[in-house]
Amino acid sequence: MSLRTALLFAASLLCAGAGAGEIPPSERRSGYDLMSRETRAIQDDDATNPGMLWVLDGEALWNRKAGAVGRACAACHGDARTSMKGVAARYPAFDAALRRPVNLEERIKLCRSERQKAPPLAFESRDLLALTAYVARQSRGLPIAIVIDERTLPFLDAGREAFHRRQGQLNLACSQCHDDNWGRRLAGSLIPQAHPTGYPLYRLEWQGLGSLERRLRNCLIGIRAEPYAFGAPEFVDLELYLMWRANGMKIETPAVRP
Amino acid sequence: MANRQVGLCLLCHSGPFPDERFQGDLAPDLRNAARLIEGEIRQRIVDPTKANPQSIMPAYYKSEGLARVAPVYRGKTVLTAEQIEDIVAYLLTLK
Ligand code: HEC
Ligand code: HEC
Repeated sequence: MSLRTALLFAASLLCAGAGAGEIPPSERRSGYDLMSRETRAIQDDDATNPGMLWVLDGEALWNRKAGAVGRACAACHGDARTSMKGVAARYPAFDAALRRPVNLEERIKLCRSERQKAPPLAFESRDLLALTAYVARQSRGLPIAIVIDERTLPFLDAGREAFHRRQGQLNLACSQCHDDNWGRRLAGSLIPQAHPTGYPLYRLEWQGLGSLERRLRNCLIGIRAEPYAFGAPEFVDLELYLMWRANGMKIETPAVRP
Repeated sequence: MANRQVGLCLLCHSGPFPDERFQGDLAPDLRNAARLIEGEIRQRIVDPTKANPQSIMPAYYKSEGLARVAPVYRGKTVLTAEQIEDIVAYLLTLK
């Protein structure tokens, strides 16, 4: 670590500790801990967890040849149970070619178009969600482990800034609900701490699986702010901040939420 | 009439609405406003930061100085002056 990196890193830790409303590590709770016993039971049992249907689809896609190259994901990566273990716990991760962090969905899209030369998968499409859920499932139970370095620090800072920025017609910041008022009720919903531990996840309200960005769009639309487009760099910055903020918490994919 | 508009308030507040199952608890019960005079109630809705600069309550009659407002709401206030007057009148009945 160069001196500059060390200083930047120390600065980032300082900012993190100084925020008035930020949640001390010992008080962090996954959305899981705030759910009813019934909903937790649906998540806990693979036989009842509807997200497992996407995981199974993802496994089939992992092994299926695709694109002009005629190779499956498995042809390059082998058995996902070993090669993909821990991967979701460190995404979004820096992409040297794009010179910015990319999230897991984008990484899979990139492999698909560049390595397999297959038609692009759309964000929130069944196939992309299935592959992402299958890859992330291999990290279930592992702690989130985002490491910030000189290259990713500016993106983390941008994400933190966005989290604390009041926005939308209702003029609310993410932090005002998720740091300052978690555990309280917003009309019928219990406000969670916004830890991205379970994505992609099955939401009973959606009757389907969705990505973290879909969840973030819901919150932005709720405060009447303009949602970012799927895959927008601003979204990935926010995801990076949320994952870093949840460092050490366990991956639950595919989680279930109300 | 006022009830529908009060609906938005129940995201955060509770009030005397036995039929509303989903009321928030981020803010005091609306019956608490009974101790305020009309002008104070109106001001709390028009711009809550006048009473509390740190307030998380949205200003219901403000359309400028907001960040990244969704296009359909841009340049518009959350409620119209008329709707705000309905709510003020309604809250005064709780006295
Ligand atoms: C006005 C309150 C409010 C604001 C502001 C808000 N959220 Fe949320 N958020 C919620 C509520 C309520 C839920 C839970 C929804 C449910 O369970 O029905 C939620 C859920 C989430 C979750 C899912 C957590 C899980 O366990 O899966 C994430 C992540 C999240 N929000 C992030 C954000 C971000 C980032 C922002 C800002 C761009 C934001 N929220 C702004 C109220 C808010
Ligand atoms: C995002 C949360 C939120 C929403 C939505 C909201 N409020 Fe509030 N309101 C608060 C909070 C928090 C307070 C406590 C004082 C403060 O911090 O500003 C408050 C205070 C008030 C007060 C003063 C009450 C007292 O006892 O001093 C009135 C009156 C009031 N709100 C009316 C309304 C009305 C009417 C609406 C809807 C048109 C509304 N509020 C919507 C959060 C909210």
